[in-house]
Formats: sequence, structure tokens, C-alpha cells
Amino acid sequence: MTNHLSETPLCRWHEAHGGRMVEFAGWRMPVQYASIVEEHLATRQAAGMFDVSHMGRLSIAGPAAITWLESLLTRTVAGIDVGRCRYTLITNDESILDDALVSREADAADGTPRLSLVVNASNRKRVVAWLRSQLPGSSVTLTDTTLDTAMIAVQGPRAVEIVCGLCPVEDAARIGGLAAYTATRAMIAGQPAAVSRTGYTGEDGVEIVVAASGAAALWEAIHSAGLPHGLRACGLGARDTLRLEAGMPLYGHELREDSDPFALGLGLGITLEGRSFPGSDRFRAMQAKPPRQVRVGLVFDSKRTAREGYAVVIGDRQVGAVTSGSFAPTVGTSVAMALVDREIAPPGTAVDVLIRDARQAGRIAPLPFYRRGG
Amino acid sequence: MAVPRRYAPSHEWIRLEGDGTATVGISAYAVEALTDLVFMQLPEVGRRVKAGESFGEIESVKAVSDMYAPVAGEVVAVNTELPQRLESLGQDPYEAGWIARIKPDNPADIEGLLDQTAYDALVGKQSR
Repeated sequence: MTNHLSETPLCRWHEAHGGRMVEFAGWRMPVQYASIVEEHLATRQAAGMFDVSHMGRLSIAGPAAITWLESLLTRTVAGIDVGRCRYTLITNDESILDDALVSREADAADGTPRLSLVVNASNRKRVVAWLRSQLPGSSVTLTDTTLDTAMIAVQGPRAVEIVCGLCPVEDAARIGGLAAYTATRAMIAGQPAAVSRTGYTGEDGVEIVVAASGAAALWEAIHSAGLPHGLRACGLGARDTLRLEAGMPLYGHELREDSDPFALGLGLGITLEGRSFPGSDRFRAMQAKPPRQVRVGLVFDSKRTAREGYAVVIGDRQVGAVTSGSFAPTVGTSVAMALVDREIAPPGTAVDVLIRDARQAGRIAPLPFYRRGG
Repeated sequence: MAVPRRYAPSHEWIRLEGDGTATVGISAYAVEALTDLVFMQLPEVGRRVKAGESFGEIESVKAVSDMYAPVAGEVVAVNTELPQRLESLGQDPYEAGWIARIKPDNPADIEGLLDQTAYDALVGKQSR
């Protein structure tokens, strides 16, 4: 192990603004500035901005780029329109290497197709190594642009309005008109950027990719423009509680190398009909067979947290285990996601979670715990 | 004259009272470092504790931390209202935010803990 941590172009800003810096997947990142709960609630009520530059950004181009990715990803990319994003898994024959967003970008001037992948920081190096090992030759190029760019997520009911206020009129109209899971290019605060209507919080919002050299200026511009609207800078702590409330899985917790994606409710991330990709036969077998355990929500009356790995029990019988848990600020009590035996998965089932020396009563609940506008 | 607080390196404070018992809590520094407190498990009244023994826990959104008895003795009272009012730890950690009262086996043990100056030095803060 090395002690050297990667730093995003926004690291100095985080340190200067009270960010509590921690190691995360080899990066030095802010877990919070002051209160995770306040950052969480600001995102739900107004807007939160997050440095997500640690996420891996890969650029794929070449005449065979689409057919090559089509042969590798669990979602189909053949026929995907320019500006569309799709949730996909990245697999090899034996395991799930990561989950990712794949996007079709505007073709190069000579008509060459270009796509991008956003992958988890913790998996970036092995995903890049795997994809490089599968390259067909010079007809596809794969570039890891993570260190040359930064990525800023602006999320919450005021997020789009705040970002659009920093754009020329036509660019603001394009961003404002983006449907969920679509993307465009735009000038934001004078910086050329790729903007997608995506996120990991359960709120409306955008994720912005910008050159590393322009990241600090763009971050500062969004922060200044957003403050009067109630925007706050948020750390990875709030990002985690927000995605938990929104019922979104996290690789390494809910989703693992040997997961059955159908048991996790991630069947939408796999298109099997008429397709062949690494592990596709394995997934066909999984789809055909009811899973032993499925992903569910758990809610508690207490704020005491059922954390990852804690046993879910009925009486003396273990029926599952927690995969993520936290106090949920919008819900007001503690919640968790867990993998539990299919027979006890219906919402309302009473279960206990073993929290160290104590037994905490809870019940199975539908996911997500929070739905915007709901 | 108020009896000065002493501190354990694990961020509990303790103050000897006139009746021979000692009040115990956690420092303002610890409360601020934890932030977003959600849960507290109080010690049991009547429990005998050794110095440095875990006798309760405090949980924030991010993590669970043990609370340690600063000296050996018997727990004679706990602040039963505190778990429902954890915000009082942030507002007033040394009075309303008290956690337990211990009858020390040897009250002189308290003298062996960190004084305010030494504790401030430990947490890297100016004396106030």
C-alpha cells in the first residue's frame, strides 16, 4: 500500500472551507464540512454541490467504439442516440467488475463515434485494465481522462436553476430542457463543460464534467451563485445518506463481484435478449432462477444505526444481513438496506437487527425510503 | 469555588462534587468532532467500572464511539433525559450534558488525569 493519495483540483477549496478530509478509494476527499445532516437537508430543500472528481471518467472513440462496447456492457449501446446516458454493469466472465453510466457523446468532426463511461473510484484501475485487455486494436481508443478533468454534481430542487443562471441563454435553455439521463455540452461560468441530468441523491440535478484547469473557478462560481438559494457544499457523508434514502445501491456494499443483479432489483441494468457479453450466460441462469435472497429496505423507530454486516434475525434465525445503514435525515429515523431471505421480504415483516449487544426491532419497507415530490 | 474538571485522553471529563461522587461527561471538543449525534447508550446504574473500561457508547451519523470510565468506581446515577436531548451535549457539555455520576474507589485518581492546560494541548487548542 502507498500513502500517496490522489487529490482533486478542488482539494484546496475543501481544506480552506473546513472540509474534513478522509481517504476514500485512494483519494483525499471531504466527508463533511460541518454537519452531514445539514448538508443532506440542504440538498433535499434547496441544493447541494459535491466534488465527485474521484469518480473514474473514461473516453472511448473510434469507428468500432459502439460495436466494441456493445460486446462488453450489460446494456445495449448500439442505436443509442447522441446525448443519451444509460446505467450498465461492467462484467467479465466470472464477476461484476463495476456499475457505470455509459453516454454517447457528439461524434467527432469526421463522424467518428465517441462514448464515455463514469465508473466508481474504487474500481477504476481494474476496469481500465480489463477494458484495455479487450481492445480490438486501433479501431477503438480508450483514454482515462479522470486526472485531466473534474466532476461536480449539483443536486436538489434549485440545482438546475442555479446552474442555468451561470450560462448563456441558449445553453441554459438546453440544460433546462434536458430529460433525465440525457446530456449536452454547455458554457457554464465561461467554462466549456459536459452536463448530464443525472445524479446519486434522488433529487433533480446535474453532473458537470470540466477541464481540471477550470474546475476551481467553476466550483466557486456555482457556490457563490447558489448560496443565496440555500445551496451548500456537501461531502461524501451526505452523498451516502442521500443515496441510501433514495434506495440506490453502492458497489462494494449492495452490489458485489458475485451479486445476482436481479435479486438486487437491478434487472434494468441488464439487457439479455439476443445479446452476448462477458458472463451473459451466467446472468441468464440467474434470471431463470428465483434468488435465495433479495434486497429490501429496513426501517427502525430508533435513530440507532444498523450498519453494514449486522445480522438481520427473526427470533434466533438469521434471515439476512445489512448492506448499508444510517440515520436518514429526511425520514427522521434510522434506515438500512439489507439482503434477506426471499420468504421474509414482503414489506411489513417484523425483523430484528443485532447491534452489538442489543436487538433492535425494525420492519421490512419498500425502497426507496424517499421519493422527491412524494 | 468551582472544582476544576479533569480529562481522560479519550475525551471524557470528570469533576469531583462535594458529596464524594464525581460527574462525568464528554468534552466539547469530542462533541464537535463527532457532530450529528443520533444515539447514546448510557451506563447502567450500580455497575462497577474500571478506569478505561468502556461503559457506554455514543453514535453519530458516521460512526459509533465507546465512552470510557475515567476512573474506577460505581455508577450511582445517569442522565436519563440526555439520549432524548442529545443536542444539549453541543449546547452545554459540562452541565446539562452530563452523562453519569461515579462514586470513585479512590477520589485521588482524578488528580492523575489531564488538567485543562494539558487537555487543551492534547487537542491542539488554545486555553480558554
